[in-house]
Amino acid sequence: MQQMQTDVLIIGAGAVGTGIARDLALRGVSSVVVERGDINSGASGGNHGLLHSGGRYVAGDVHSARECREENELLKRLAPQCIEECGGLYVAVAGDDERYIADFPGWCEAAGIQTQSVAPADARSMEPALSENLIAAYTLPDASLDPFRLSLENLAHAKALAGSTLLTRTAVDGFELDRGRIARVHLKDMARGETRTVEASQVINAAGAWAGRVAGLVNSRVGTSIPLLCSQGTLLVTHDRLSERVIHRLRPPGDGDILVPGGTVSILGTTSVTIPDPDLARPSVREVDVNLTNGAEMAPILASTRYVRAYCGVRPLLADDGSSEADRDGRSASRGFLLFDHENVGLGNFCSVVGGKLTTYRLMAEQTVDLVCGRLGNSTACRTREVPLPVMDACSWTEPGRSAKVWVMGHASDDEILCECELVSASAVDGLLQDCRDIFPDPDLQLLGKRSRIGKGACQGAFCGLRVASHLYDTGALSSRRGLGAMRVFFQERFKGQRPILWGAQMVQSELAEALHCGLLGLEFPAPESPEVELSHE
Amino acid sequence: MNDMMQCDLAIIGTGIAGMAAAVFAANRGLSVVQAGSTGALAYTSGVFDVLGALPSETAGGRPTVVRKPFAAMADLFRIEPGHPYAGVPAEEIRAAFAEVSAFLADIGLPYQTGGDDNYRLPTPAGTVKHSWCVPETALAGCLALESGKPALIVALHGLKGFSSRQIAANLAEVWPGLQPVSVPMPGHTGGELYPEQAARMLETASARKALAEVVAPHVRGVEAVGFPAVLGMHRPGDVTRDLAERLGVPVFEIPTMPPGVPGIRLKEAFESALPERGVALFCQQKMSGIVPEPADPFVLRITGQPVEREVRAAKVLLCSGRFLGGGLAARQDLGIVETVFDLAVRQPESRSGWHRQDYFDPRGHPVHRTGLAVDQQFRPLAKDGRPVHPGLHAAGSILAHQDWIRMKCGAGVAIATAYKAVEALRRGR
Repeated sequence: MQQMQTDVLIIGAGAVGTGIARDLALRGVSSVVVERGDINSGASGGNHGLLHSGGRYVAGDVHSARECREENELLKRLAPQCIEECGGLYVAVAGDDERYIADFPGWCEAAGIQTQSVAPADARSMEPALSENLIAAYTLPDASLDPFRLSLENLAHAKALAGSTLLTRTAVDGFELDRGRIARVHLKDMARGETRTVEASQVINAAGAWAGRVAGLVNSRVGTSIPLLCSQGTLLVTHDRLSERVIHRLRPPGDGDILVPGGTVSILGTTSVTIPDPDLARPSVREVDVNLTNGAEMAPILASTRYVRAYCGVRPLLADDGSSEADRDGRSASRGFLLFDHENVGLGNFCSVVGGKLTTYRLMAEQTVDLVCGRLGNSTACRTREVPLPVMDACSWTEPGRSAKVWVMGHASDDEILCECELVSASAVDGLLQDCRDIFPDPDLQLLGKRSRIGKGACQGAFCGLRVASHLYDTGALSSRRGLGAMRVFFQERFKGQRPILWGAQMVQSELAEALHCGLLGLEFPAPESPEVELSHE
Repeated sequence: MNDMMQCDLAIIGTGIAGMAAAVFAANRGLSVVQAGSTGALAYTSGVFDVLGALPSETAGGRPTVVRKPFAAMADLFRIEPGHPYAGVPAEEIRAAFAEVSAFLADIGLPYQTGGDDNYRLPTPAGTVKHSWCVPETALAGCLALESGKPALIVALHGLKGFSSRQIAANLAEVWPGLQPVSVPMPGHTGGELYPEQAARMLETASARKALAEVVAPHVRGVEAVGFPAVLGMHRPGDVTRDLAERLGVPVFEIPTMPPGVPGIRLKEAFESALPERGVALFCQQKMSGIVPEPADPFVLRITGQPVEREVRAAKVLLCSGRFLGGGLAARQDLGIVETVFDLAVRQPESRSGWHRQDYFDPRGHPVHRTGLAVDQQFRPLAKDGRPVHPGLHAAGSILAHQDWIRMKCGAGVAIATAYKAVEALRRGR
């Protein structure tokens, strides 16, 4: 069993966990981030990629609205490489609540958010996808944000500053307590089954929707209970970009009320379905239809456009009545966050940060690290308000359209394009693998997908999955039957997002994919040649 | 309309079912007009499956590999009683394949059937495909795999999705003597190499000689050499034999990702040979119309650039395929619809029931078993259970109760049901 030591162990490599690692590093503290899946496996990878202006919360949660507005301004200044400053439009259509529309600018003003009223006809010329039934429109300073690049660069900076490390595909298996402290944390490698222990001065639980489960592992007798409400939100990815700006429906939050540009595509969301267990989150056909029906009232093209994928995230919301069993709509729960110091159960080196939003991840990290550094006796002030996030070239392959630009600018004629939808070349794959080698000694397709645009185009990985796998064998990165398993996992994951949107052209695409994966290659057989599954009929 | 055509049979669709049906009809002296987009044919693997697997009946089970396709039919009907094969006795499936094979051999694409057994064929991912009828150019690979003879697998630089190291690594347990090598394609200036481009290059003796020269140094201690399926476009047997002679060992092809050369060969072969047999074939065209009164003939319209024709046909055989071929369309609002005559489609009640949660669910996805229900003469049935029209028949993957992808029965269903439907409509003339 391996043993390791660190100043701080962070559980969860989403925006908050990676943001905490960077904040600590800027104060000279090294950390280990442990993650059951890969970077942004939870809500940080399953959201719109929206940098909120705060306008969404002005009506009911002015505190969250203000936090969003402040963080929006900070991040635009400090991490511009992760942000497209596209702006936002809040629009109402005939039938929407006129009192809400009239009150909206005043609420925004109260939260310090800049708005400007736009005549419906002008709004439609700015965004031709908008409905003819528009009755009001306001501009707000929303933007779109690449959450993968954000987390990757936060981690890369933490590593550069303080040697912080990331353990992915590694789950927390248990905690060993000793006189009011967590003495050791037991970890398990999900791929190989190996275990190891970590001794850390401080342990931070930033596991998002899984934070309640992690806290429960610490002390089931005393009960480090965290009242979480898991709210699944399903979003849809369109084949093409439908608007320049973020478009919000100007009404209380509801299904299908937001359309966010994500580079070359648009993202329509979102639903809110309370689920008992974050592991059960999957986008459903019903949620897709609800988003479409509602979204089309705002932008009619949404009813007939081609979608390439659906996905969902789980909002880790604080159930403010203290019950995690709350069987009610997660929309009424606060978007604020809470920091639990767990001192009420006598623990002095454990804390949990839960709730919040992608937009406020930096603030969540700041407050968490303030607590932890106080406990460590480190009095360095937070610096994430001033220090820009360095640009890491290796992290730039997540940006939509980036691959195409680089390819057109300087591709060598013998550099094969492995992902033809998104123009990711063989040399780009080699570069990504080089960057990932520390984290993933065994390369696979999922990690390349998370760090690039591979598999994100119209074919959803059906073809490039095979081409990339072949390339990995050719370059020696893969050399055993494990590559077949990696392909299965990759195609299974892409299918999860295809299933609810399979009609029209995507159904044609998926039939071709399954004909290739199963009809020709027989990937549905876990072990094609195992004697016990053969039927000889002799 | 000035260009009225009269025929015994209009075939809608130019996939394997439609092409086989045209062969059967022409051989039986029927006059045929056929139209369709041949795109899907170029996407086929070129390997003709009859029955390669039985799906599991339970979520936790595993699909079963079929070694003896005809012997496994009883198990198939237990799992899927409505499978189209239930209407075609085994000897008629064999007869249908024999007739299509003879046609293909005649035009330079010989196929070999496996008697009672399926062949085991290496795939580009290094898995094994179980198939009853393979192109003769793939045969040496099946035989070498069966006997475990050491072989060399040759990849070509720039040909994406085909790694000889991947094939050798994944097949190592069942085929231990595999050696991978990757060579440049002589005469290719670098960059991407497309299968069709390579196949056309290898039509010339000088290109074959040059390729043999770069491969020959690696042919040591092996008894066969496998290439991606790029060995010629029109006479692949000649190209394969020539390379084999030059290398001194049998040579075979391994299918590539679609669109692959074996599919393109089939498309071009059918397109050039059927008109010679009197079939009025309209490629890249649509044929459509409405279902007439029971006593009336069909009046159909062929549309597309530049052809615009009207067809009067006594009988119609619908071989329009599934989603990829365009015979079925999946609508978000209306469910699965049949695109030519708006026939009733057997399908799950709602879109939620089309696919299971797990992509690789061993039972397969219900959407692939949707399609047309037919009577014993392969005539589509209306919702009331009666044939839609006495002269309207259907064949191929548009038929319900078969999942050609998971059962590996695509070409078999296409050829066998086309045979049966043509026999039925001929008798009913």
